[in-house]
Amino acid sequence: MRSVWALAATAALSLLAFSTNTFAGEPKQGGILRMYHRDSPGNASIHEGATYSLNVPFMPVFNNLVIYKQDEAQNRMDNIVPELAESWAWVNDNKTLTFKLRQGVKWHDGKPFTSADVKCTFDMLMGKSQQKFRQNPRKTWYEQVNDVSTNGDFEVSFNLKRPQPSLIALLASGYTPVYPCHVSPGDMRTHPIGTGPFKFVEFKANESIKLTRNTDYWRKGRPYLDGIEFTIIPNRSTAILAFVAGKFDMAFPTEVSIPLLKDVKSQAPNAVCVVEPNNVATNIIVNSSAPPFDNIDIRRAMALSLDRKAFISIMFEGQGDVGGTMLPPPNGLWGMPKEMLETIPGYGPDVNANREEAKKLMQKAGYGPEKHLAVKVSTRNIPVYRDPAVILIDQLKSIYIDGELDVVETANWFPKIARKDYMLGLNLTGNAVDDPDQSFYENYSCGSERNYTNYCNKEIEKLFDVQSQETDVAKRKKLVWDIDKKLQEDVARPIIFHARTGSCWQPYVKGVTVMSNSSYNGYRYEDVWMDK
Amino acid sequence: MFAYLVRRLFLMLVTLFGISVVIFFLLRIVPGNIVDILFAAAGYVDPADKANLEKELGIDQPLIVQYWHWISGFLRGDFGYSYVSEKPALQEILPRIPITARLAGLALLFSASIGIPLGVISAVKQGTRLDYALRVVSLSGLSLPSFWLGLLILTASVAMFGQIPIFNPNPQTWLEAFATYAVPAAAVGFRSAALTMRITRSSMLEVLRQDYIRTARAKGASDAAVNYKHALKNAILPVITVIGIEAAFLIGGLIVTETVFNIPGVARFLVEAIRWRDYPIVQNLVMLIAIVVVSANFIVDMLYAVFDPRIRYTD
Repeated sequence: MRSVWALAATAALSLLAFSTNTFAGEPKQGGILRMYHRDSPGNASIHEGATYSLNVPFMPVFNNLVIYKQDEAQNRMDNIVPELAESWAWVNDNKTLTFKLRQGVKWHDGKPFTSADVKCTFDMLMGKSQQKFRQNPRKTWYEQVNDVSTNGDFEVSFNLKRPQPSLIALLASGYTPVYPCHVSPGDMRTHPIGTGPFKFVEFKANESIKLTRNTDYWRKGRPYLDGIEFTIIPNRSTAILAFVAGKFDMAFPTEVSIPLLKDVKSQAPNAVCVVEPNNVATNIIVNSSAPPFDNIDIRRAMALSLDRKAFISIMFEGQGDVGGTMLPPPNGLWGMPKEMLETIPGYGPDVNANREEAKKLMQKAGYGPEKHLAVKVSTRNIPVYRDPAVILIDQLKSIYIDGELDVVETANWFPKIARKDYMLGLNLTGNAVDDPDQSFYENYSCGSERNYTNYCNKEIEKLFDVQSQETDVAKRKKLVWDIDKKLQEDVARPIIFHARTGSCWQPYVKGVTVMSNSSYNGYRYEDVWMDK
Repeated sequence: MFAYLVRRLFLMLVTLFGISVVIFFLLRIVPGNIVDILFAAAGYVDPADKANLEKELGIDQPLIVQYWHWISGFLRGDFGYSYVSEKPALQEILPRIPITARLAGLALLFSASIGIPLGVISAVKQGTRLDYALRVVSLSGLSLPSFWLGLLILTASVAMFGQIPIFNPNPQTWLEAFATYAVPAAAVGFRSAALTMRITRSSMLEVLRQDYIRTARAKGASDAAVNYKHALKNAILPVITVIGIEAAFLIGGLIVTETVFNIPGVARFLVEAIRWRDYPIVQNLVMLIAIVVVSANFIVDMLYAVFDPRIRYTD
């Protein structure tokens, strides 16, 4: 009899242990996620900003038509899933993209979501509505969209001028939420209304941002968290110390630099930290409309002088990527393969040989050991800009170029670049979507507002359109590689490196996925929960 | 007395007018405005969008019109709207004032309550080991930048106690509320305490050599009575002057301390507003500070006149 009881007790304990293990992995409801924010965003309207300082706190307030799957690190065409749309289809020779919309969705103020809201949002983005955004930084994304039409309350179509398969990728970005028709752009800047998993509560500039659970969310059982609170701490040392002390459940995403990561891991060994590329390329902008860089030989010499690995080892302890315009593989979808990259002048592994070639070009242009070229290297007065600019100046010395650092306050940076008041500039270019359409048109297209150097090559421009219309991914990839190679050979905007950054959270925070080819798209947070 | 008061009042108004002009035009001399910054943050400049925004904010108007618009609004109590948050400027400024006032008050209290007694002890024990030790402490207080001291305190707190004493917006107890302010106040007040201690020490040393101190001792007064009743009472005047000056300088230290301890006070807010070229916030906030300082001076002048009638006739 005693043995029977013992057996029963063992069985009961085993069952208990089994069930505990099972439940430990199952999401739990409740809790406020506390995160620090690196700075105070100018406003709360994602469409009017161009920094992920906005996306991180406000993406949870909204939904898109479609979105990159939030639990996969890499953004790809095949992991785009419906959100406010239930399904989509390309029709009319790939010139119309039609969405069937989800029914029964409500805005946070209780009004129903319909196709009119989608039309309003995209009309405003295309500058076709009466109401205007104060700023509309991504208007160029929709240049191929003729108009947006509705068919009843729950169907909407994007009618294109020509096929553009990447449109769906742009619509899946964290930068593409659907806004309500009945709320003005001004109100969206101060009190955003969305359909997303969290409702906006308050935004105190320089202090905090608070979100609370949307109990009426269309996705049943989500979100798990009761709310999210962001405390704005611009001082990075204070913020990291506060995270280490356990005051926050999560550090601001991608904000822990590689050197800082060591400190975090030593002081908070249980913290979960991941390092991923953030798809931000550090590059050189060259004023080719004025001497001395109107001389292609000097531009090429400058590109040949770069020791990209030195940048990466100094700044990121070796954790960075060398590539062209597009983020290199394996995280990037469209970057050139290594073998192709190394055929581009300046990308070869023998830095000394590259520099010897650069010196010859400089001598051809009339410079040498006796006559150095004096240039100013302008950059924004922010460490992520300033630090590589200092390394660049050091490297340029090796080819008879004496650089002088010219640090510019943020307020004056773009006006200075726009009036071409610079010789060389060190710049950072972030890509919200890992797609050539976003990168090529924005940064290299003739007349684009973000084409700071005014690089304009009509032949390349045609190729941009060819790749943009190509529906076969393999063929498109080949075209993109050729374009990227040509851009680097033209010294259009020499890419120095693609950075990697760290994101950390406490071990009890579950369901966080850090995107590996964009730092703008992974903050819906409806799947995040806390095991405590 | 009435003529003196009117003259001082007139001077005060002229000063405030001058300050308003200086604030307004200095801000415009700084390159870039809010629109430049917004477009810089967005990474593009669209001339049409830029012009629309400048028009919306009224910064496309001639400077004299902008000045009149601001100063007339200020006099009516209409402080305008923050360019950044788009909320009324007064609504942004007012809640932050008590936070900084509490911090500044505690810092001054720390400065006086630590600096004066230690200064007295150092003077009384001149040339002893204790005096040397206190002088080293005061010298280090003057030498350590407050941002460094702040970070050191934070790092030590995390390493030793696993806690970080940064600003807590919702303290649960009175003690928590006190701690929220006390640690940063100590960090910012340390330098001030060191200065107070040095001034107290030198002033005390001078007074302790006076004849009336010797007389007091000869009459059998105790050490405590001599030091605190007779000497300190006469040595305290320059110390009060220094504390008063320090109070005005404190705002500089508070900017750093509010940043390090993440305190949402006026000082950090002002720096952020300047960074964004948020004219309505900067102009009104600096003007309010100027009014407080000028009014305080006016009151002090009046008190001088009350206590010393010669001032009315000679000034």
